[in-house]
Amino acid sequence: MDQKEHILEVRDLQTSFLTSTGEVKAVRGISFDIGKGESVGIVGESGSGKSVTSLSVMQLLAGTGRITGGSVKLNGEELIGKSKKEMRAIRGKQVAMIFQDPMTSLNPLLTVGDQVGEMLWAHDKNITKEDKKKRVIELFNLVRIPEPEKRYNCYPHEFSGGMRQRVMIAMALACKPDLLIADEPTTALDVSIQDQILKLMRSIQQEMGMSIMFITHDLGVVAELCSRVLVMYGGLVMEEASIFDVFENPCHPYTMGLIASIPDINQDKNKLLQPIPGSPPDMVNPPKGCPFAPRCPYACRICLEELPPVMEVAEGHKSRCWLLDKDAPAKDNPFKQRKEATT
Amino acid sequence: MSDTPVLQVKGLTKHFPAPGKKTVHAVDNVSFSIEKGKTLGLVGESGCGKSTCARTVIRVYDPTAGQILLDGEDISGLSQKELLPYRKKMQMIFQDPYASLNARMTVHDIVAEPLRAHKVCKTKREESEMVNDMLAKVGLNREHANRYAHEFSGGQRQRVGIARALILKPELVICDEPISALDVSIQAQVVNMLRGFQQELGLTYLFIAHDLSMVRYVSDEVGVMYLGTLVEKCEADEIYRHPLHPYTKGLLSSIPIPNPRLAQAKEKSGLEGDLPSPINPPSGCRFHTRCPYATEKCRTVEPPLVDAGNGHMVACHAVNG
Repeated sequence: MDQKEHILEVRDLQTSFLTSTGEVKAVRGISFDIGKGESVGIVGESGSGKSVTSLSVMQLLAGTGRITGGSVKLNGEELIGKSKKEMRAIRGKQVAMIFQDPMTSLNPLLTVGDQVGEMLWAHDKNITKEDKKKRVIELFNLVRIPEPEKRYNCYPHEFSGGMRQRVMIAMALACKPDLLIADEPTTALDVSIQDQILKLMRSIQQEMGMSIMFITHDLGVVAELCSRVLVMYGGLVMEEASIFDVFENPCHPYTMGLIASIPDINQDKNKLLQPIPGSPPDMVNPPKGCPFAPRCPYACRICLEELPPVMEVAEGHKSRCWLLDKDAPAKDNPFKQRKEATT
Repeated sequence: MSDTPVLQVKGLTKHFPAPGKKTVHAVDNVSFSIEKGKTLGLVGESGCGKSTCARTVIRVYDPTAGQILLDGEDISGLSQKELLPYRKKMQMIFQDPYASLNARMTVHDIVAEPLRAHKVCKTKREESEMVNDMLAKVGLNREHANRYAHEFSGGQRQRVGIARALILKPELVICDEPISALDVSIQAQVVNMLRGFQQELGLTYLFIAHDLSMVRYVSDEVGVMYLGTLVEKCEADEIYRHPLHPYTKGLLSSIPIPNPRLAQAKEKSGLEGDLPSPINPPSGCRFHTRCPYATEKCRTVEPPLVDAGNGHMVACHAVNG
């Protein structure tokens, strides 16, 4: 892909938090690109570093969190090292974010119309009151809030969870950002409302042609919305592939485990689910080798000692797993067996 | 073994008072029964009354009307004191493993508390043995017993919650969204464990969840609730293969499919709009405000839950004619 087409380029990003028990390396050197108009899913369990990645891109790390290395380029412009004031001008206009919990992300004391309007005002101090209201109502129409004129003067508590998330999306879209970061935007919602929000995001993306970085733990949601997926574990990207390859040709034991542990709607009920044994690693003392090795059914000696490098399986399909190494044993190796089966 | 179902619920109703002399119709006239060793899954959107239903069954709330029969005995009118012997037979596993464990008690004390409340053990040693056995069964070890809840991960805490619920060897276990707060890879561990205990101890489960694919997997029967009423109930596979109620159909088509080819190809119907307020539930069929097939009859007459064949119960005028 041509360099110019990338909205976001992240290279070797590292983010840490200082805690009383030591430095937590939440993100340990990840690299990825998001193309223009592309929707990329970041999948992982809690503690995998997926939310910290998005907050690092937004430069919104709280408390002791700080970026310790790497680069984040938005539209070719380096974001790391930008001042707060410079970032404020970028946020909203070039990159906007919607959060998981629409109940707590809105100010209960302001009407939803004012809150969305504030976003417009923040980036254009000369906007007139009438223009502002007109634009907000346009945005409410865009996110399919019924009776927008009436809803303009409502307070968040008068809205349901799904409607509040629509307000959040309206706010994020107010300045037509190039990149929308959605951090688990549907996790707090019911499936029926989740479905409505996903449909809305898909149609808005088509209308506005923006890029989406979609963070979730739900592979089903990713399958509905994204064209490419990064699977994160232990602060690293373990696998990166197109949505079809992730499901049909997963090349990391963690991805395979994730897929096996969700019951299919057609799952044979007499068969036990295949959970991934154990629990996620402690990020104060991350394992020396592959972070997934202690839970991996295929782990060898090298997995415990040395972090596997990023290996290219096919074009646009990368994975961090020693099993893909050319010197890896073929015995009990799911990837080599799969390759033999296809050739 | 008698044929009496472990749990029979008949016409259960629970209303809560709301400000301004209004009433929240949380659960209205819900009936079901669960046979020994079976699982009934209850699904529905948040606010549909599934959790209230479970809490009323276990008598955390007093029912407004209706009967709750545990092993054929009506417990709906008993006082809290009279309930004590019945509490031993029914236990609950909660949704949030962070909020449902006392932060100031050790795991040993948390798991031993039901034993103490029911004066099961005569000596401390007997109590310790029972607690350690139970912890071993849920995959925790002796060293974990003296730690506090905050030292554990979500999955491990939920194991403590399961140990606490099962230590009295109850007949009925009410699982109120036991896995929705857990990571995907941990959910399967907990579900497998719950299924293992069911087979080993012959437990009966009332399983509440909003994850429809997980409910299908664990349940023998599934009931779908909408705004306080049961709209459809039948054998688990049947409800997913041949849903009859328009609400069930909409709910099922909203589930994200973990298969990109199917997910991005299909035109989904889904459900429009939001759940109406249970303070003034719509007249007639409560679903008529969101139903694409609603007729005049649906707006005025509440459809009864009737058998549409082979025990497939559904409350819909369009299906039942």
